[in-house]
Amino acid sequence: MAITLSESAADRIQKFLSQRGKGIGLRLGVRTSGCSGMAYTLEFVDETLPDDLSFESCGVTVLIDPKSLTFLDGTELDFVREGLNEGFKFNNPNVKNTCGCGESFNV
Amino acid sequence: MALLQIAEPGLCADPHQHRLAIGIDLGTTNSLVATVRSGSADVLEDEAGRALLPSVVRYVQDGSPEVGLDAQLRQSDDPHNTIVSVKRFMGRGLKDVQDAAATPYRFVDAPGMLRLETRAGVKSPVEVSAEILKTLRGRAEAALGGELTGAVITVPAYFDDAQRQATKDAARLAGVNVLRLLNEPTAAAIAYGLDNASQGTFCIYDLGGGTFDISILRLSQGIFEVVATNGDSKLGGDDFDERIYRWVVEQSGVGDLSAGDARLLLSLARKAKEALTEKDETRITATLSSGTVVDRVLTVDTFFMLTADLITRTLGPTRKALRDAGLSVDDIDGVVLVGGSTRMRHVRSAVAKYFQREPLTNLDPDQVVALGAAMQANLLVGNRKSDDWLLLDVIPLSLGLETMGGLVEKVIPRNATLPVTRAQDFTTFKDGQTAMSVHVLQGERELTSDCRSLARFELRGIPPMVAGAARIRVTFQVDADGLLSVSAREQASGVEATIEVKPSYGLGDDEIARMLQDSFTHANDDMAARNLREQRVDGLRLLEATQAALDMDGWQLLSDTERVTIDRAMETLRVMLDGQDHTAIKRAADSLNRATAQFAARRMDVSIQRALAGQRLDAIEA
Repeated sequence: MAITLSESAADRIQKFLSQRGKGIGLRLGVRTSGCSGMAYTLEFVDETLPDDLSFESCGVTVLIDPKSLTFLDGTELDFVREGLNEGFKFNNPNVKNTCGCGESFNV
Repeated sequence: MALLQIAEPGLCADPHQHRLAIGIDLGTTNSLVATVRSGSADVLEDEAGRALLPSVVRYVQDGSPEVGLDAQLRQSDDPHNTIVSVKRFMGRGLKDVQDAAATPYRFVDAPGMLRLETRAGVKSPVEVSAEILKTLRGRAEAALGGELTGAVITVPAYFDDAQRQATKDAARLAGVNVLRLLNEPTAAAIAYGLDNASQGTFCIYDLGGGTFDISILRLSQGIFEVVATNGDSKLGGDDFDERIYRWVVEQSGVGDLSAGDARLLLSLARKAKEALTEKDETRITATLSSGTVVDRVLTVDTFFMLTADLITRTLGPTRKALRDAGLSVDDIDGVVLVGGSTRMRHVRSAVAKYFQREPLTNLDPDQVVALGAAMQANLLVGNRKSDDWLLLDVIPLSLGLETMGGLVEKVIPRNATLPVTRAQDFTTFKDGQTAMSVHVLQGERELTSDCRSLARFELRGIPPMVAGAARIRVTFQVDADGLLSVSAREQASGVEATIEVKPSYGLGDDEIARMLQDSFTHANDDMAARNLREQRVDGLRLLEATQAALDMDGWQLLSDTERVTIDRAMETLRVMLDGQDHTAIKRAADSLNRATAQFAARRMDVSIQRALAGQRLDAIEA
């Protein structure tokens, strides 16, 4: 069971955390919503929750709740640039199909 | 798949519900757009990696608009159809643009706001600005991968209501939802996170390409308040280029340059200026169309000497702003530098010396306003847990109304913070007066003719009373959006009249600056004029009252000689009222007062006798 970050993602997260001036890491998650079942969540973490599972990747602490982990296990979080747009991308091996826009998915 | 950004804890958006917000610095020379991604503010660049979009719109052959660098490059070939610095025309009438003749545009006067004739038809400044905003919106949507929720657009702190409204209209035309207009200095302060302190007083020194603005902001309990603004709308980086240019021309002995040569030397002058922000000397070489070779070395010391007075000129408005705010240099907790021209080392050191502290410079001075606007936009769409900033604005010029004699009575002083409500009581001038005209004015001068008329209305139905007995309360109210409403109410009867002042177009920075300047330079004239008018009003009132008394019982109470003396004194006063000498009017009024003293005493006796006649003593005592 693991979640990893690409190097570019880790760089960015560290930069964002330092600019933000507080926060202990990054929280990944999944929630049921969207046009195709489930959607990713990506947030800064100011405090851990009792059930949180913690991973360390490239020096960044990644927190995730156990329920979300079942859908995200093996995911690599990447930071990419597409034209003028830039942002984070979930490379999630569990996904069977996504909605047209790719914002939600099911397993 | 869609790219995601990191949200604040608990604020992750649902799919397709991303709240994309941008900040736009819609500048006179250059415009920028910025956004907050994963908690950090960044300026968005175009495909070529350029952040600055020149605020230039050119209407090409087929009438379609071309915006930015391409338009700027064609400016000299196609001056009529290439609109630069359109911001100066926003919300302005043709008569507000003093240097209209110096621009290449074919202006069309139109009610409210001027228009520009181009090959694509007659365009309003709002339409031209909308083209710039459309370009920035397109850039932002490409970079954020979705439709925008809204934007914060910055405006100069002393943009008036009409200029702000014009900016909003341009945004609407460009399909940009305006979350809020934000004052440029406030945006700069936000970018530096000055709002994170609990309180403080900050000075924003903004030296751009063609304008200089100084603003003093006060932060208390998380609330930013613009306490004073000042500036010089004709001072900027271009003036520094001009100095180098003139130095080169003088040193090289080349006179009578062609337009092309002048442009070339001017652009080299600008490059030299930029080089001297890092280096201690730079070389200016050019071959002119005549074949003459120009080759000069400009040292940083010479450059500083050539431009020292320009920097001194920024300190005058700075002092005035501090004085308006009632502050001294020691009260300032931080100084922020904004505008590309603040990269010049001697600007920085002059500011540091004046304020006796190092200014904040670690953000790019060209970007700082856009970054602050983006941070505010991000907050307003709900991407951040709000410790809500409430941003207050100020009134750029005093608001008042006309009183007898063409004088202005200020009701709301300049730099009062919005929203504000002030009331003042006025009274009637004549016996039995049943109506009063309320004339609302804006400006710092003492006479109505020197101030700007905003609105007029009448209060009717005042019950007839002797002069001075009516109490009419006039209330000025300016709401958070800067809209003024004025109401007048006679206190006894409750009759009321109200007007909402929506200036079709208002005052520009130039005019505000000029009006302020005038009020300082004409302070003495104004006081003399005020004295004269006041004495005239008093004299007239005295004449009216004396005449009314004479008509009523003068024939009964006065001997012929007494009557002649009074008539003669009245005549003297009448003559003096037409003159310009307020002391002479005062003397004539005093002598009329003396001449009528006996008469007044007798009238008093008579009226008391009349009141007492036929009354029982105990009825009076009770």
